[in-house]
Amino acid sequence: MGRSADNPLKDALASLGRVTVLFLEALRSIAAKRFRLRDLVEQIHFIGVKSQSVVLLTGAFTGMVMCAQFYIQFHKVKMDSAVMSVVSVAMARELGAVLTSLMIAGRVGAAMAAQLGTMKVTEQIDALRTLATSPVDYLVAPRLLAMFISLPLLTAEAIGISLVSGMLVAVYLLGLDPVFLWNNMVFYTWSVDIWMGLIKAFIFAGIIATVACHKGMHCGQGAEGVGKATTEAVVAASISILVSNFFVTLVLNKLLIYQE
Amino acid sequence: MIEVSQLHKSFGQQQVLCGVDLRIDEGESLVIIGGSGCGKSVLLRHIIGLVQPDKGDVKIDGQGIADLSERELIKVRRKFGMLFQGSALFDSLTVEENVGFLLDREQTMPPAAIRETVADALELVDLGGTQAKKPAELSGGMKKRVGLARAIVYKPEIILYDEPTTGLDPVVADSIDQLVIKMRDQLKCTTIVVTHDTRSMRRVGNRVMLLHHGRIHANGTPEEIFNSTDPIVHKFVNGIADPKDLEF
Repeated sequence: MGRSADNPLKDALASLGRVTVLFLEALRSIAAKRFRLRDLVEQIHFIGVKSQSVVLLTGAFTGMVMCAQFYIQFHKVKMDSAVMSVVSVAMARELGAVLTSLMIAGRVGAAMAAQLGTMKVTEQIDALRTLATSPVDYLVAPRLLAMFISLPLLTAEAIGISLVSGMLVAVYLLGLDPVFLWNNMVFYTWSVDIWMGLIKAFIFAGIIATVACHKGMHCGQGAEGVGKATTEAVVAASISILVSNFFVTLVLNKLLIYQE
Repeated sequence: MIEVSQLHKSFGQQQVLCGVDLRIDEGESLVIIGGSGCGKSVLLRHIIGLVQPDKGDVKIDGQGIADLSERELIKVRRKFGMLFQGSALFDSLTVEENVGFLLDREQTMPPAAIRETVADALELVDLGGTQAKKPAELSGGMKKRVGLARAIVYKPEIILYDEPTTGLDPVVADSIDQLVIKMRDQLKCTTIVVTHDTRSMRRVGNRVMLLHHGRIHANGTPEEIFNSTDPIVHKFVNGIADPKDLEF
């Protein structure tokens, strides 16, 4: 098998290559509609519906804490009514997508890696192959497509709830004028900001599902192998999200924001 | 017909198969025996294309499978049914969904016909009425039977059994042996059984092959193997340990 434990760079590149191949294969499977609608709906339910509490709490408390923090600085320069416009742009462009994706990587990515890892060690993935079924069609494609559909929606939800909760803190806790807050927020938040967040969520969806499925399907033997694959899936997906976020931001800024 | 030629496989530094040559005719019942870790299951996995060889080839009805892609292998694997050592039932599905998995995926039969076919397959392995159960609710012997029903429900041409009686009590092991014989005789399919259970070997196989140090060491009828004077074969079938192996 030739695992090059003594050459981490080669190992990392080989792993990146395998993840890319899996991603492309899953995309081909989705395009050819080789997955079943029932599996897709099940995955959307698991990713979208069952992540509601996590996403709502993350969005709400991030919006509230940002509002409280920005207020202190903005109050010094008498720009209190601009607080929500900054919260709104920050959540739409960056934090909505990144924080939601990190939470989903932790909750759903871990579950996907553990489930597929357990299937690998109990020979269920081999059983799929012997039953003339591609594991990519049956396991990866519905998870990837469900993630593509669910994560942008969850991100939009997190952005929305953060604005509502931030507004509540600003009005009822900090005593700011809701009309000024609202007008400034709407004036400074462009649709392109929202698009940026949703495009990022779409990209992060691909990262989370592919990395988690890859780690699960290539996990080591026994409970230790499954545990390691689960940890690696969450760590690799989270780091990939944070690193790719920088480059995606540069590209999207160039394409969407600085065009004129 | 299955032809294996000069099959080599190693995992890291460990050479598992060192040039295995083998031919299995249609309708034959072959038992592959050998000590733990000698490469029996690896050989079985090569035959169904779950493992790619380092060197050599496996031909199924004249078609080489060593260089086929995963998608091309799917068509070849349709000829096979396989019972795994740990049954490998899908734990998120019911018994009915497990057994009817391939029929449901292929969508060539209406759901009612699939249910009927699954019920017949479960009756064949004496597990009628267990359709709604989940694998976690079944005993080890029942799981093997469900695995067997799943392997035979679509009437494959070749059935592979990986250690079908390992971990089962003698009575359940005997019932599994009888089922293997029943499948062989009723479906008239080619059967390959990997085991180190010599009692099972005697009952199930028309031909027995002993794998030793990655090569085929002996090949013959069950009686020839049992009466062999070759020291390695004699020790294996009679369960005699080498005194060198007893030094703790």
